[in-house]
Amino acid sequence: MLSFLALAIPFLMGVISLVVPWRRWIGWASAVSAAGVLGIGIALCIATSSHTAVTAFHGALRADSLSSFMVVVIGTVSLLATLQTPRVMSQEIAEGTTTPRRASYYVALMQAFITCMLTAVLAANLGVLWVAIEATTIATTFLVSHYRTKKAIEASWKYVILCSVGIALAFLGTVLVYFAALHSGVGTPGTVSLNWTSLMAIAPHLNHGVMRLAITLLVLGYGTKVGLAPTHSWLADAHSQAPAPVSALMSGVLLTVAFYALLRFKAIADAALGPAFPRALFIVVGLLSLLVAAVLLIAQRDYKRLLAYSSVEHMGLLALGAAAGSSLAIAAVLLHMLGHGLTKSTLFISSGEIAHAEGTTEIAKIKTLLARRPVLGGIFGCGLLALLGFPPFSLFISEFTMARAEVDVGLWWVVAISLVCLSVIFISITNHARHFLLGGDSSVAVPLNARSVVVPLVAALAASAFIGVSAWPLLTLLRAAAHVVAR
Amino acid sequence: MSTSFYIGALELATGAVLVCAVMTLWRRQVRTIVTMLRLQGVALACVAGVLAWHEHDLGLAITALLVLAVKGVLVPWLLRRVIRRDPRSRETAPLINVPASLVSAAFLIVVSYVVTSKLTALAPSAATRLVPIGVATVLVGYFMLVTRRRAVSQIVGLLLVDNGIALVTFLLTAGVPLIVELGSTLDVLLVVVVLQVLVVNTGARHGSFDLDEMRELHD
Repeated sequence: MLSFLALAIPFLMGVISLVVPWRRWIGWASAVSAAGVLGIGIALCIATSSHTAVTAFHGALRADSLSSFMVVVIGTVSLLATLQTPRVMSQEIAEGTTTPRRASYYVALMQAFITCMLTAVLAANLGVLWVAIEATTIATTFLVSHYRTKKAIEASWKYVILCSVGIALAFLGTVLVYFAALHSGVGTPGTVSLNWTSLMAIAPHLNHGVMRLAITLLVLGYGTKVGLAPTHSWLADAHSQAPAPVSALMSGVLLTVAFYALLRFKAIADAALGPAFPRALFIVVGLLSLLVAAVLLIAQRDYKRLLAYSSVEHMGLLALGAAAGSSLAIAAVLLHMLGHGLTKSTLFISSGEIAHAEGTTEIAKIKTLLARRPVLGGIFGCGLLALLGFPPFSLFISEFTMARAEVDVGLWWVVAISLVCLSVIFISITNHARHFLLGGDSSVAVPLNARSVVVPLVAALAASAFIGVSAWPLLTLLRAAAHVVAR
Repeated sequence: MSTSFYIGALELATGAVLVCAVMTLWRRQVRTIVTMLRLQGVALACVAGVLAWHEHDLGLAITALLVLAVKGVLVPWLLRRVIRRDPRSRETAPLINVPASLVSAAFLIVVSYVVTSKLTALAPSAATRLVPIGVATVLVGYFMLVTRRRAVSQIVGLLLVDNGIALVTFLLTAGVPLIVELGSTLDVLLVVVVLQVLVVNTGARHGSFDLDEMRELHD
């Protein structure tokens, strides 16, 4: 019932925004719907905390503690992103860059996007998970091309083609898992399905050759949507052209929802093949992503693209954490997803405000931001500190724990290589930020009077710092969620 | 249905899917390419239909009708509309010439036989022996995507990849569960609609929609 409600609320909100002509309250209502999703996520976490799963719709929807945690992550970032809707849309309508009709479409597509992500994490069937993730591509395309400039159209074209083709491989991988399940020699053919529980039950009997091929295709396929190298190139284009709240939602949760799919399939592959083969795959794509991010961040000229490549870096870190695969590592991966969602959405939303105020997204054209716009610059600066892994923010503790878990399973050389890449990234980002933020005279400061920007973003940073310092109330939750897919 | 007729019909329909894929590399007129895509959709529906008959599987029969409606009728119709609106997309612009493309296709077919040997070994049957043909269609689709420059060619490449994967699905597992099949076919249809809207709207707004001009976003 709870999981059904989680899907119904954003869906109905989307329908309402299509039927009722645009008013400012529709924007606020969409934020209320995201808050509702967050509330349901917390309720689901409590309901599933004792290793039980909640099912609905004759078992088509299934929430275990991992899914419930993902619902919380989706709810949190959606709330941050949709709180911007009323202000951003009214502003764009006033400036003539959007019409009320397109503002309605924007709200509807945002809600459709959120519904698809929720379907992906709540589906019991791994085939339906695929359908939902592919559907997020369709829902977000018109959000990416919202401004209808040539660049925005180019970005959305590349986004659809690359993601659809990439994720087609994931479908082939899913079919191969199903084929292996049909010929596992356990159970009667009528009972075989793509359901998570039935696949995990027969996982040790799946054919090795087929499963090797399957997990490789799945890592490449879902990896495209996660933004892992070598198919990360759509990410910087789409994230830099989309409206800021959309980039926040895409970077903050869409990537991690796709990563959630990988976590599920990795658990099946681990049970079928033993840890060595899936681990090698995840290490290759993880290290490659870190390397690509490090190289492309050094001379980055656009701060939105800088944030996008930092997402590639963080997804690479998640892949390395998943490669370790112990329950400590998976708990850290999940904490990293939440921390990255909070931090990256804060940064994207504030970068949208900076772009609007300064009229450019080029790093070189902006100087002394902190002195001229202390609030906006301050939020952006704190966000960058959080992103770079400074304590007390939660990314510090999750990165540290992932590294420890990797060393525990003997992957110290992976930690060594990733530390080199992280140092390069650290130096390049601080270097860019120094030019961008510091210096100048603070007497010319422009006040920022947009409470709907400041309050949610400061709250998000505070939440990130809070979960970085105190394990309560997440520790039990993370343990339970990690238990679902850890070896 | 006798076994020999079943095997013959299955081989004929599966072969037709690959022949259509190779024909799309050979012909330069986009109208002809869209016709090939329509024939491929019909052949794919036939594969599903023959398997449904043989296995007495109602879900697969429904899938066959769905494939016929979406890939044999709706998608080609949408592509025709794109060609009508965007005159530049009437001829393909290959980066690699046609004879070289055909030789590459032959090479890709050999590759697909090599990579699928493990799959056929697990459950050898009349259907799984044909799996390499599906994989070859996927690879030809990828080849089309990276060597053609027009927007329509990219959509065609995407559809070839998708048809190839659908063929592999039918041959290996006699189709995935119906709900997944419905969802994935609907997704494909929506992707084509989205791409069509992008081409047509951009053509109306910015003059034309050409991948050659899409060079603004880079690092």
